[in-house]
Amino acid sequence: MKRLSRYRRHKAAAPLLLVIALLAIGTTFSVASATVKQSPTTFARSAAIDEGKQLFLKGCSSCHGLNAEGGAIAPSLIGVGAASVDFQVGTGRMPMADMSTQAMRKAPVYNAEQTSALAAYVASLAPGPAIPEDSVLNYERDGNTAEGGELFRNNCAMCHNFAGQGGALTQGKYAPTLMGVEPKHIYEALITGPQSMPVFSDKTITPAEKLSIIKWIKAAEKEPNLGGASLGRVGPVTEGLLGWILGLGLLIGVAVWLATKAR
Amino acid sequence: MTKAEKTLGSVANYVDERTGAAAWMKKNLTKVFPDHWSFMLGEVCLYSFVILLLSGTFLTFWFDPSQREVTYEGTYAPLQGLKMSAAYASTLHISFEVRGGLLMRQIHHWAAIIFMAAIVGHLLRVFFTGAFRKPREFNWILGVGLLTLGIVEGFLGYSLPDDLLSGTGIRIAEAIIQALPVVGSYLAFFAFGGAFPGESFIPRIFTVHVLLLPGAFLALITIHLMLVWYQKHTQFPGPGRTEKNVVGYPLMPTYMAKAGGFFFIVFGVIAFLSAVASINPIWLYGPYTPGQISAGSQPDWYMGWLDGLVRMAPPLETHAFGHTISWNILIPGLIVPGILFTGMALYPFIESWFTGDKREHHLLDRPRNAPNRTALGVMSLTFMMVSLINGGNDIIATHFSMTINQIMWGTRIGIFVLPPLAFIITKRLCLSLQRADRDLVLHGTETGRLLRLAHGEFVEVHAPISAEKAWTLTSHEQLPALELSETDSRGVRRPGGIKNKLRLRLSKAHAVAVPKVSADDLKEIEHH
Repeated sequence: MKRLSRYRRHKAAAPLLLVIALLAIGTTFSVASATVKQSPTTFARSAAIDEGKQLFLKGCSSCHGLNAEGGAIAPSLIGVGAASVDFQVGTGRMPMADMSTQAMRKAPVYNAEQTSALAAYVASLAPGPAIPEDSVLNYERDGNTAEGGELFRNNCAMCHNFAGQGGALTQGKYAPTLMGVEPKHIYEALITGPQSMPVFSDKTITPAEKLSIIKWIKAAEKEPNLGGASLGRVGPVTEGLLGWILGLGLLIGVAVWLATKAR
Repeated sequence: MTKAEKTLGSVANYVDERTGAAAWMKKNLTKVFPDHWSFMLGEVCLYSFVILLLSGTFLTFWFDPSQREVTYEGTYAPLQGLKMSAAYASTLHISFEVRGGLLMRQIHHWAAIIFMAAIVGHLLRVFFTGAFRKPREFNWILGVGLLTLGIVEGFLGYSLPDDLLSGTGIRIAEAIIQALPVVGSYLAFFAFGGAFPGESFIPRIFTVHVLLLPGAFLALITIHLMLVWYQKHTQFPGPGRTEKNVVGYPLMPTYMAKAGGFFFIVFGVIAFLSAVASINPIWLYGPYTPGQISAGSQPDWYMGWLDGLVRMAPPLETHAFGHTISWNILIPGLIVPGILFTGMALYPFIESWFTGDKREHHLLDRPRNAPNRTALGVMSLTFMMVSLINGGNDIIATHFSMTINQIMWGTRIGIFVLPPLAFIITKRLCLSLQRADRDLVLHGTETGRLLRLAHGEFVEVHAPISAEKAWTLTSHEQLPALELSETDSRGVRRPGGIKNKLRLRLSKAHAVAVPKVSADDLKEIEHH
């Protein structure tokens, strides 16, 4: 120590100390910053959760509670999972415009980034169904249309109609049309069971079968109207209406014309 | 005589010498038919029936009426590899692989829709104009029979393809059979050859649909038309038209040309509809399995009112002596339709009973001149419409943002409230129209020309209507109500007091009218 303290007042001591200090700070900083680079998602996720929480507090907490614990008019969101949020917010059902019967599909209020932030926040509260990855959703490759049709008629047609056009439920509730719904949202609806819909767990309908159903729905969407105007694909009600109005209407018109000409 | 005329003449002579057809033809080809657009509704029925026979025959060439299980290997990709009945597979084959098959299927189905609609239109014309009165009561009953057969035939027709919708309909038919007390379950087993669905109902329905009922139709339609021929067609009242003549055009050439042309127009309209509008796209429904059902499953419109009645029935059941009586199906599915159709078939006899009118009628009533009958008709129509609306309650709910419960309760109340209301309103409307007719005969038509009198008063000049029109508006008879004394000539009370009271009340209600213009009224107005 004596030797060190002998050079304490040396001319070079101050600059040397400065260099050492700078080196130490630089090394510490580079080590610290390197750790952040090693797991960037944790950082982003916590940022997304924070952003989601802010969005939640502004847009959702008045009904769902400050900690998503639910309230008198809205359910708890703890454990509903990211898939549920992605479905409800991504299809514009949440935030809800009209609380009378059920959430309607409308233009989404939040953009994709905000939706995933909200989903991240809700998912952080408790584990729940996750948003399916794009790689999982390759229904074109992994689905079977005919099998999907059979599954659809067994599990979905009783509410959503034979062609996925939707149908009425009790007390003003309804099963919406499935035409034009994104595959991701169909999948999420199956695993989360929004509103009156039951949950179709992977035990009831396997992921592969879910993809088959999606493939069938997409085929029905693209299905050309082979017999002429589809009349809404809702069955005999519109057919009878057209038969009376256009069919018999035209014939009565002709009959009146024939009877008039004879005079 | 040209050569062609000579040849034709000798051919005609050859035929006549062997059949004696000339005298018959001479008499019948000059038969006169009156002209009115509403008389052509019956023709629409006949022509669409012919189209049904022809298109149906085409379909039988490929249709396989069997419930044998096959694996679909046809061209329609979304169903490939599925197990289904041969009936469904062959209907898919007709739709997608047989040339013109889909068009023919659609022609057959649209023709059925229009056939039934035209039957109802024709029935309404006959009812509202009183054409069912003596001597045409039998023909009315035949008509009601044809309507009933048509409903059954149509139902069996859309049950044949064995798609999801048709199987659902059959299931409901089974439920209605089962609702019959005591014998229901046995009848259902008998009809389906065992438990539902079994393997026999498609072949059985097929035989009834293509053989039994069309045969019955042909026979009944023939008798229906022969009676029209024999009894001559009714006509609307007008100058020169009496109960003893028919004013119109001869069958040959006018009606031959008109009716022949009209057949092709009916065919054209049906073919047009079939070419532009899809009907019963069975490939979308998928094959029938008892475990499946689609939201918004409805029957065709002519069964829709029955479905609506069943849908509005509250859940009522009685358990007695080991049997269940399902009132919720029995009442709307069998009892109410039974009462309606029996009442409809018997109406000509009921009306002549309470009016005491046993004379022949070949001149039609204008609906307004029989307010009670017209009101009764509109009342029945309202009943049918209310139940038909409930038959489509789920489609109406989704498309008009209503709830099924609102529609169900609306029609549950409406089925009791609206028909009587329709009766009252129609009767008032008819009487108002009679009053308008009376004004028209007495004061003529408004000319729109205003005249200022010397003392400053403005009056509108009325032009008297033509004598023909005045005659038409005043030629109907207004029968007084029946008068039945409660005692006979010896002062003894007549038997059947309640029956007589009912008869008197009905007769009185039927006779309500605004007095038509008499010769005295006109004389009086000339004095003004």
